Amino acid sequence: MQSSSSGLAENKSVLRLGRSKRWSEECIKAVLFLCASISVLTTFAIVWILIREAGIFFQEVPVSDFLFGTLWAPLLEPRSFGVLPLVCGTILIVVGTALFALPVGLATAIYMSEYASSTIRSILKPILEVLAGIPTVVYGYFALTFITPLLREIYPEVQIFNAASASIVVGIMILPMVASLCDDTLRAVPDSLRQGGYAVGATQCEVTIGVVVPSSLSGIMASFVLALSRAIGETMAVTLAAGATPNMTLDPFVAIQTMTAYIVQVSLGDTPAGEIGYQTIFAVSALLFIITLCMNVFSNKLLRRFREVYE
Amino acid sequence: MISRNLKNRYLIAKIFHGFCFSVAWLGVLILGILLFHVTREGFPWLDMQFLTEFPSRFPAKAGIKSALYGTLWLISFTALISVPIGIGAGVYLEEFAKKNRLTQFIDLNIANLAGVPSIVYGMLGLVIFVRWFGLEQSVLAGSMTMSLLILPVIIISTREALRAVPNTIRQAAFALGATRWQTVSAHVLPAAFPGVLTGIILALSRAIGETAPLIMIGALTYVAFVPEGPMDDFTALPIQIFNWASRPQKEFHELAAAGILVLLFVLLLMNSLAVIIRHRLEKRKQ
Repeated sequence: MQSSSSGLAENKSVLRLGRSKRWSEECIKAVLFLCASISVLTTFAIVWILIREAGIFFQEVPVSDFLFGTLWAPLLEPRSFGVLPLVCGTILIVVGTALFALPVGLATAIYMSEYASSTIRSILKPILEVLAGIPTVVYGYFALTFITPLLREIYPEVQIFNAASASIVVGIMILPMVASLCDDTLRAVPDSLRQGGYAVGATQCEVTIGVVVPSSLSGIMASFVLALSRAIGETMAVTLAAGATPNMTLDPFVAIQTMTAYIVQVSLGDTPAGEIGYQTIFAVSALLFIITLCMNVFSNKLLRRFREVYE
Repeated sequence: MISRNLKNRYLIAKIFHGFCFSVAWLGVLILGILLFHVTREGFPWLDMQFLTEFPSRFPAKAGIKSALYGTLWLISFTALISVPIGIGAGVYLEEFAKKNRLTQFIDLNIANLAGVPSIVYGMLGLVIFVRWFGLEQSVLAGSMTMSLLILPVIIISTREALRAVPNTIRQAAFALGATRWQTVSAHVLPAAFPGVLTGIILALSRAIGETAPLIMIGALTYVAFVPEGPMDDFTALPIQIFNWASRPQKEFHELAAAGILVLLFVLLLMNSLAVIIRHRLEKRKQ
């Protein structure tokens, strides 16, 4: 009798312990959930702020004037709020970046996944990662003091600030990203496909171009889109090297201004907050955010589709 | 005819191999040129005076004391804020969350946040931390902005490290009656720690080099004092470099190069630290 009642008491204390344990467990879980929800809060905050602040701007300037106007002079009278010159500058940078970084990045990835031995790979990959880890302001300096003088030696008409040298350094900057993402997708292609190619007598080059690259095409596209969205959001290198002259031009050797460089220019300047000229940076940011978000979502979708095929 | 065709195909294969090979090493070559150029320009300016003087209008007297201290303050507070939150979020998503709509949404959300341009985070910091919280252009406002920026990186790498921990460890702990949190805190997290740490250092390295968000929140470009607390104004290394690089005079460009050397040295130091700690922990495990 005695022993059973003490057993009951013990049972009870175990139960109580269990309950307090479960309670603290719930508390911890809630705290951790709060941590995770900060990311959602961040997204909502970004969207909300951009809508609110850009809304103030669009109360005074019609959306169509902003999106389709071809003159950007928001700080000087007579003012004009056509964002196209900034968009044009950004596109110029992105096209130049793409011309350099996409082929070079893909070829690097092909070399790493199809040709290089694992030793060479283990040397090459970390070096490329170093290239990716260098701060963007360093690339801006490099463009300004090395690439531009080099270009001017070849072709003296090049202006001190120009889109070409900025897109070269932005290309160098996103090259490791393209290479590493493409490398991952190329390596995900099953070996049986390659062996099928060799079995019908194709050379390694023919297998790579005819079999491996086409079967990982959606993955490659996804990494291209992701890398270019990075190029659009790139700020310091283009601010330093591409100039501060909003310009509707396709000439890569003259000064232009990108959307990001404009935002930096205004926040460094002495335009008073709350004034319409200041409010433009929120409208430009909203546009920037929408463009990069669309590209990222698209790229993630492509990547998921690629994974569904092979994994 | 057929053999000539075959010869051509072999030739093309060789050319293609050669092309990929040389292009792959192009990146390495560029890195070499960049480092050589920066060293050649900046090294002569690098002396104790450069490290201990405040910035100045006269290149010969200018130094990076305030920028160096600013960066240290900024990174310390960024780490204090972002590391616990990032690990917490990673642990929640990997170990606690059920696979439901909400988790999927948070997941997708983090993936997209990682792609948002850093300057947009600067906007966020400007409106929320600087204006609403009234933090002005303080170290704290900068650190909070940077924390939001690097959180996705920390969360993603934490999750990857946790995923690499074998499930048998969890099952063994559960079998002994441990709760989920006991399992995670005493067994899974320590096992994943080298991976988590690498992610954190990578993220903090990114924060050290970021310039745009700090310019957005209004961090000053000329500071002739050292911050003494989280509420003080500050400048940071990349801002000082940007400031010097954007001036027309050649001397300031060389000062920028010297600043870059210091910045790259700090980054190198952090990354070697990560490698060493990782190595030690992995050795101890064996």
